[in-house]
Amino acid sequence: MSFRWDVIWRELPQFGLGLANSAWLSTVAMTLSLLLGPWLALPLVSRRPVVRRASRAVVDVARCVPFLLLAYFVYFALPALGVRLDKWTASLVTLTVYNTAYIAEIVRGAWAQLPAGQTEAARAVGFTGFRLVRRIVLPQIALAAGPVFGNQLIQLIKDSAFLSIITVPELTYAANAVQSFYFVPFESFAVATLLYWALCAGVEQVVRWSEGRAQRIRYGA
Amino acid sequence: MAPDASAAPAVQLRGLSKRFGASDALADVSLTVMPGETVCIVGPSGSGKSTLLRCINWLERPDAGEVIIHGARVGYHRSVGGAALVMTERELARIRARIGMVFQHFNLWPHLTVLGNVIEAPVHVLRVPVREAVAEAEALLAKVGLVDKLDAYPAALSGGQMQRVAIARALAMHPQVLLFDEPTSALDPELVGEVLDVMKELSREGLTMIVVTHEMKFARDVASRIVFLDHGRIVEVGPARAFFESPTTERARQFLDRYR
Repeated sequence: MSFRWDVIWRELPQFGLGLANSAWLSTVAMTLSLLLGPWLALPLVSRRPVVRRASRAVVDVARCVPFLLLAYFVYFALPALGVRLDKWTASLVTLTVYNTAYIAEIVRGAWAQLPAGQTEAARAVGFTGFRLVRRIVLPQIALAAGPVFGNQLIQLIKDSAFLSIITVPELTYAANAVQSFYFVPFESFAVATLLYWALCAGVEQVVRWSEGRAQRIRYGA
Repeated sequence: MAPDASAAPAVQLRGLSKRFGASDALADVSLTVMPGETVCIVGPSGSGKSTLLRCINWLERPDAGEVIIHGARVGYHRSVGGAALVMTERELARIRARIGMVFQHFNLWPHLTVLGNVIEAPVHVLRVPVREAVAEAEALLAKVGLVDKLDAYPAALSGGQMQRVAIARALAMHPQVLLFDEPTSALDPELVGEVLDVMKELSREGLTMIVVTHEMKFARDVASRIVFLDHGRIVEVGPARAFFESPTTERARQFLDRYR
């Protein structure tokens, strides 16, 4: 049995492009989710049961739909409603919607763990509403849930592989294109696996670095 | 500083009541605190001391009665044609900014340094310029003996240090009255003194203080008056010396016996 690594070497630019696309799609979607998730978490912790239940339902549906199905839906089904998105926009929308639901749930969970005294002390000095959330609640959630956000980003990177079915040239798509053209499945998928691993290792490294900083804050330097 | 009898009251409570479920947490509590006074609220646990304090700044909304701070009613707008209008959370926040509160469990914000904790509300609630807020925070932290801890995070501090930061944090807002909710109850015994010393100093300087405490020696030494609360009612009010030496009610006598 002989492996044809020369083919892989020749097609490296295609893998590189795929990796870059996977990376930027995930990064942009994660950034958008981190901006949107807390807003979605607000109704989840609302004092009004109706608001809480309604937002709960929305988040649960978004989390329970398989990612692949959601991608199909956005790209193939929405046009039936007159919403036609190109594959890049559809990819970002799918990744962001799916991921935001998870981020909202993570924020809600971390918020519930926040001691009541924290917001009470803030209210006692005159904080209220959005400013209280932004200055006192969210930084503590970031501090507590950093590694969970990192895990979620890794999940997101892996989910983005499904986007190959709507012909987005991300890493899995590139690997599949190379293997089917040259018939080198082992080499091609092995390289893709390696690159996904490298990407996730990078995320892990950032998480580890920020966790170190968080530990110093949590337990005192 | 002796209270100025001719001045207007700093805090007036009239007929304050609060129920939790079937039980009265507070029942018809009326009290007047003059500027510069240090009033200590004592009583058995569950007697409504904390609830009383939390009703003053409306962290807990009273079911009935009035809270008036330096002439301004807390929680309701001046009634127009009889009906009083409940304030929005935003309006309440503006009033709370002028009422300081120090908690039993400090409640420092763990994501901010000591300095960050002290300047947070002046900068983000009162919109004081950062440079000004920092200068004042440094002065306040010097006053509570913690200038060397400016850049430390709360987790690196002892309980006594945390509570002194919490006091500086409250003082940074220039409160008209400072509420203390059992400020030493969560501290190791050897750390109680450093917090009480700071409070004594503030009392001497004439800050209006209402202190819920189990520290009877502190109450006796520092308080201008003692309020004895039991089952949500004021059972006895009087000058500290009189209360400790010759309590007039049987209930207060029983309570004090446990501290002898």
